[in-house]
Amino acid sequence: MTSPLLELRSIDTYYGNIQALYGVDITVNEGEIITLIGANGAGKSTTLMSICGVTPPRRGQVVFQGTDITRTPAETIVAMGICQVPEGRLIFPGLTVSENLDMGAFLRNDKDGVRQDMERVYQLFPILAERRRQAGGTLSGGEQQMLAIGRALMARPKVLLLDEPSMGLAPLVVRQIFDIIKQINKEQGTTIFLVEQNANLALKIGHRGYVMENGVITMADRCEKLLADDSVKKAYLGL
Amino acid sequence: MGRPDWSQGAGGGPFPGIYFKRVGTMDYFLELFFGGLTRGSIYALIALGYTMVYGIIELINFAHGEIYMIGAFTGLIVAGVLGTLGFPMLGILFVALACAVIWSAAYGYTVEKIAYKPLRNAPRLSPLISAIGMSIFLQNYVLLAQTSDFLPFPKLTPDFAFMEPLRSFVSTSELFIIGSTLLVCVALTLFIKYTRLGKAMRATAQNRKMAMLVGVKVDKVISATFVIGSALAAVGGVLIASHIGQINFYFGFIAGVKAFTAAVLGGIGSVPGAMLGGLILGWTEAFATGYVSSDYEDVFAFALLVLILIFRPEGILGKDSTQKV
Repeated sequence: MTSPLLELRSIDTYYGNIQALYGVDITVNEGEIITLIGANGAGKSTTLMSICGVTPPRRGQVVFQGTDITRTPAETIVAMGICQVPEGRLIFPGLTVSENLDMGAFLRNDKDGVRQDMERVYQLFPILAERRRQAGGTLSGGEQQMLAIGRALMARPKVLLLDEPSMGLAPLVVRQIFDIIKQINKEQGTTIFLVEQNANLALKIGHRGYVMENGVITMADRCEKLLADDSVKKAYLGL
Repeated sequence: MGRPDWSQGAGGGPFPGIYFKRVGTMDYFLELFFGGLTRGSIYALIALGYTMVYGIIELINFAHGEIYMIGAFTGLIVAGVLGTLGFPMLGILFVALACAVIWSAAYGYTVEKIAYKPLRNAPRLSPLISAIGMSIFLQNYVLLAQTSDFLPFPKLTPDFAFMEPLRSFVSTSELFIIGSTLLVCVALTLFIKYTRLGKAMRATAQNRKMAMLVGVKVDKVISATFVIGSALAAVGGVLIASHIGQINFYFGFIAGVKAFTAAVLGGIGSVPGAMLGGLILGWTEAFATGYVSSDYEDVFAFALLVLILIFRPEGILGKDSTQKV
C-alpha cells in the first residue's frame, strides 16, 4: 500500500478561543472520491479551510505527499496542487467568466497550457463558453457553481476540495454537477474531497466517507456501508 | 496673468480662490473651467488612494492626506537642493516628482505595516482610530521636523511661448496638472485591467478569501495598493505645491478631506468613480467661487456630498454595498 496523498493527523482548529475541530483524522488516497457529511456547523468547511491554510490548525498535522503543510501559507498550498471550491462558490462578481477562470490559473506561467485548460473547461461546461464575456455576478446559481469548479480546475489540482456544491441548486442542476464531478475524477484521475449536507447523493458517488458531528469524526467507512448504516440512515438520509 | 494672485483670495480649502474679474465673459468661464479641472485633478489623484485602499481592506486611510503633504515637502527639499546646484527647471520638476513618489510610497508602505496590518483581524473601528492617530502623528512630525510656517515652494513649470494666447484663462502649471493626471489615470486603468498585480488587486477587492484560495499573496497586494495610492498622492502634492507656491504641515489635511469627499461622491471603492468625483467636486467649487462667492466654496462642495448621500448613497459609480469592484 502506498502512502496516502493527503492526511489529516488529529488536527484541532480554533476560531479565536472557540474550538471547531477536535482531533480530526482523515486519509485521502490518490484517485479516490472522499465524502465528508455532517449537519450544519459540524466543522466540515473548517476542515477544508484547515487543509488550505486559511485557518491553520493549532495542533496536529496536515500532510500532503509526505510533506507537512500545516503552517504553509495558502498560496504555496495552491501551488502544490490543493484547490478548493468554497462554500457559496465565491465567484469574483465583477470579473468576467474568462477572467474568473484566468484567476484560477493565477500561479501558472505556461500561457499555452492555461489556454488549453480554459478550452477544456469550456468543453466540460459549454454554458460558460457562451457566457465568457459576462460578469461572474450575473450568472445563475448553477452556472456560478460550474464557474467555481472550472476556476479550481484551471490550477490543475491534484486534489479538488468541494464544499457543498449542491447548495441552493435545483435537483436537475445538482445531478448535472455531480455527474461532472464523477467525470473529472474518472477521466483526469483528480482526487476529490467532497463535503456535503446532501448525504444521499454524496455517499452515492463517493468511495469512502466520513461522518462529522460537532467537530469530531464519528464514523469512517466505505460509502456503501455508510449508506446502509442505520444511524446514518436515521440522522442524514431521513429514512 | 502668470502665477495667480491668490493673496486676495478669501476662500478656505487648499487652493484659495483666485477668480475676481470679468464676470460673465467667456474668458472668465474658461478660467473657472480650467481652475476647476485643476483642483478636480488633484482631488482625483488623492481620491484614488482613498478608494483603492477602501476597495481592498475597507479602511478609510485618514493618514492619506499626510502622505500627500509629505510628498510636497520631499519635492520642496529636492527642488531646493537642485535649484541651488543650478539644474534646469524641468529637470528639477522630474527629479522632485520621482523623489516625492519614492519617499511617499515608502511612507505609505510603512504606515500600513505599522498601523494597519497588526489590526487586520481587529474590529473595524480599531484600524480607523489607528488611521486618525497616524494622521495626527505625521502632521506633528512634519511640524516639528520642519516648521509651522508656510514655506515658499518654487515654481517648477516653465512658461512656454506657445502658451501666450491661452494665458488669460489657463496657466502652464494648470496644464501640467491636468495632463499628468490624465496620463496617470490612463496608466492606472490599464495597469488594473491588464497586469498580473492589477488582476490580483481586483480579485482581492472582490473577495479576499477567494483571492487567497487561488494563490494571491494578499498581504503583498495590500502593500502594493498603499504604495501605488501614496505615489499618486505624491504626484498631486508636488504639482499643486508648485502651482500655488507655498506649503505647510497642515496642507494635506483639508485636501485629504476634500478628496475623501470626492471618493465618496464618485462611489468609494470605484477607481473611475474617484476620478469622476474629483472632477465634479473641483468644478463645483470653482464655479461656486466664481459665480457666487468664494465664501461659499465649501458650502457647495459639502452640500453636493449631502445630496449625493441622500439620493444615491453608494455614490455616482458605486455598486451597492454588497458588491464592490
